[in-house]
Amino acid sequence: MKKLLLTLLLAFAAGHAPAALAEDEIKLDHVLADQSTNVQALQHGAQIFVNYCLNCHGAASMRYNRLHDIGLTDEQIKASLLFSGDKVGDLMTIALTKKDGKAWFGAAPPDLSVIARSKSSELGSGPDWLYTYLRSFYRDDSRPTGWNNTVFPNVGMPHVLYELQGTQRAVYKEEKDEHEGKTVRKFEGFELEKPGTLTKLQYDETVSDLVGYLVWMGEPEAAHRKQLGVLVLIFLSLLLLPCAWWLHHVYWKDVH
Amino acid sequence: MAAGKKEPVVVSGLGALDKPASGLLTWVDARFPVMSNWRAHMTEYYAPKNFNFWYFFGSLAMLVLVIQIVTGIFLVMHYKPDADKAFQSVEYIMREVPWGWLIRYMHSTGASMFFIVVYLHMFRGLLYGSYRKPRELVWVFGVMIFLCLMGEAFFGYLLPWGQMSYWGAQVIVNLFGAIPVIGPDLSIWIRGDYVVSDATLNRFFSFHVIAIPLVLLGLVAAHILALHEVGSNNPDGVDINEHKDAKGIPLDGIPFHPYYTIGHDLFAAVVFLIVFSIIVFFAPEMGGYFLESNNFIAADSLKTPPHIAPVWYFTPYYSILRAMVWNFFWIDAKVWGVAGMGASTLIFFFLPWLDRSPVKSIRYRPSLHKYIYAVFVVCFFILGYLGTLPPSPTGQIVSQICMVLYFGFFLGMPWWSRMGQFKPVPDRVTM
Repeated sequence: MKKLLLTLLLAFAAGHAPAALAEDEIKLDHVLADQSTNVQALQHGAQIFVNYCLNCHGAASMRYNRLHDIGLTDEQIKASLLFSGDKVGDLMTIALTKKDGKAWFGAAPPDLSVIARSKSSELGSGPDWLYTYLRSFYRDDSRPTGWNNTVFPNVGMPHVLYELQGTQRAVYKEEKDEHEGKTVRKFEGFELEKPGTLTKLQYDETVSDLVGYLVWMGEPEAAHRKQLGVLVLIFLSLLLLPCAWWLHHVYWKDVH
Repeated sequence: MAAGKKEPVVVSGLGALDKPASGLLTWVDARFPVMSNWRAHMTEYYAPKNFNFWYFFGSLAMLVLVIQIVTGIFLVMHYKPDADKAFQSVEYIMREVPWGWLIRYMHSTGASMFFIVVYLHMFRGLLYGSYRKPRELVWVFGVMIFLCLMGEAFFGYLLPWGQMSYWGAQVIVNLFGAIPVIGPDLSIWIRGDYVVSDATLNRFFSFHVIAIPLVLLGLVAAHILALHEVGSNNPDGVDINEHKDAKGIPLDGIPFHPYYTIGHDLFAAVVFLIVFSIIVFFAPEMGGYFLESNNFIAADSLKTPPHIAPVWYFTPYYSILRAMVWNFFWIDAKVWGVAGMGASTLIFFFLPWLDRSPVKSIRYRPSLHKYIYAVFVVCFFILGYLGTLPPSPTGQIVSQICMVLYFGFFLGMPWWSRMGQFKPVPDRVTM
C-alpha cells in the first residue's frame, strides 16, 4: 500500500515537470514596487489613468469622488481630472460605445474597474501582468495600429504611452530547436528606436504608479479591510478565545 | 475513567427556566411544547463525553449555514438578477453599499468554508463509522444535504455573472445534453434558452435563494431529528446507552447543553471565526481558489476562456468526468463521464450498507484499513488538484488511476472492510 502511495505521488510530481519552453513564452516582470497604498504614487497613477486610459476604457464601477480616499479634494478632481460638464459624483464612464470600440480596435476596450484583479493567471499576478504589458509594446507594421505586444500578441490596443516610453522594436533570434529540428523565433529583448520624454527608469516608475492605481481602483476598500481585519482578529483571539476557553474549563471541570 | 459526574449545573438562560417558571413561559408552554423540546434536544439530550476535534464540524456547519443565510439576505437586497446588471451590481455592492464588501466576502468565503467544514464532517463519519446501524438515515439525510449544497453552490456561482460563472454553468448544463434521448431537450429546459442567458440567470437566482435553501433547511432539521432519535456516535464507536444510571441517563453521556454548546462548540466557533476572518480580511480571493480571477471579467457569450475550471470543491468530481474517455458499449465517453461524475457523489448514499466491518471506529480497525483510508484521501486530493488544471496526458492517466481507486474504495468495501485483525472494542468510552 505504501508503494502504491509512493507511485501515486511520483506520478503526481511528473505532472509538474517543467514543460518544454514554448515559442515566445511569456515571462512577466515584477512591478517595481507595490504602489497601491502610496498616496503620492496613487495620485500620479490616477492622473495618468484619466489622461491616457479613460478615453477608450471606462471604469464604470468607479466614482470620481472616490478619489477622496487617495487624498484628492473635489476642487483638485474638478480642476485636473474631470471633463467639463461631468460631476465629481459621476461614474468613470466613457462616450465610446462597445459597438464603435469593436469597429475601431477589433474588440471593445474592456472596462478597467477590476482589471488588476482579473489578470492574475499561472503566468503571474495581475499587477505584474499589467506592468509587463504596458512596457511591452513594439512597432509592428503588419498590424493595423502599427503596434504589437509580446505579452498580448496581436493586441487591438495601440501604444497609448509611446510619447513617454518612446518607440521600441522587438528583437528576435532564430534558433534551431534541437528536438524537432524546426527553427523557432526566440524573443531576445527590446531595442529603443526613438526615445520618449521619460528615461527607462522614469517610465517604469510611471507604469508602476499606474498599476498601483489600477490595483487600488480594483478594490478601494482593501486598505480599510485589512485595518479592520487586525481589529477583528485582536478581538477574537485576545478577548473571545480566552473567554471561550475559560467557559470550557469551567463547564468541563466535573466531567471525567 | 469512572463517570464521577455531578448533577448538571444549571447556569444559562433557558436552563434556569427548568424550574416552575415565570408566567409567560408557563402560558406559552401550556400551548406550545417549548420546554419539552428544549429538554429533548438540548438539556436532556445526552451526548458521549469523549467527542474530539472531529466532532466540531457539525455545529460549525450550522454556523456557516447561518452566516450564508444572513449575508445572503443582505446581498439579495442589492444584487440585480439581470444579465445586463448582475456583474455591475456585485461591484456596486463591493464599493457603494455600506459594508457591502464585508457581506459579499463573508458570503463568498462562506461558500468555500461550508464545503471544507462539510467534507471534514463527512470524513469524521467515515473515521468512526457514524453511518452504521442505527444511524443510516442520519447519514442518508446528510448526503442529501451535501447534494443540495452542491446545487446551491452551482446555482449561486452563476450570479456574479463573470466569465467563470457563465462558462462554468454552460459546461455543466451541457453535460445534461449527453444523457441519451432526452438530453438535448433537458439542457434547453434547464437553461430556458439555447445558451446560458438572462433566462438562466433568473431561474438560477430563484433556485439559489428560494428552492434549494428551503429544501436544505428541511433536510437539516431531518438530519438532526434523526440524530437525536438514535443518539450520537463517538470516537470509540461504542453505544453509550448500554450503561445507564438509575435514572436512565447514560453513564458516559453529558447534556448537550451546556456541556457541548457553551463548554465546547463555542470555543470551536471562535477558532473557526478566526480562520474565517483571516481569509475574509486578508485573502478573500484565497489565491484564486475562492474567487477566481477570470470571474472579475464580465460574462461574454462570444469569448470562451482558454481554461474553464469549476471552483475547488467540485474539482474531484470534475476530474472523474474528464477521466472517462472510453466509449464502452458503443455509448459515448461523454455519457460515461456524466454517469461517473454522478456516481462519484451518489455512491456516498450506500456507505452504511457497503461497510461490513465488525467494529465502527477506525481506532479498533486493522492498519490495513488505515492505509486504505489514506489512499482514498490522497486520491480525493489528487483528483481535486488535477480538476483545477487544464487537461494533460499525464493528468489524464493519474486521474484515471485515482478514479479507479476512488470507486474501488467504495465498491471493494464489503470485502476489505472485513479483512485484517481487529482490536477489541472497549465496553465504555475512553477519554
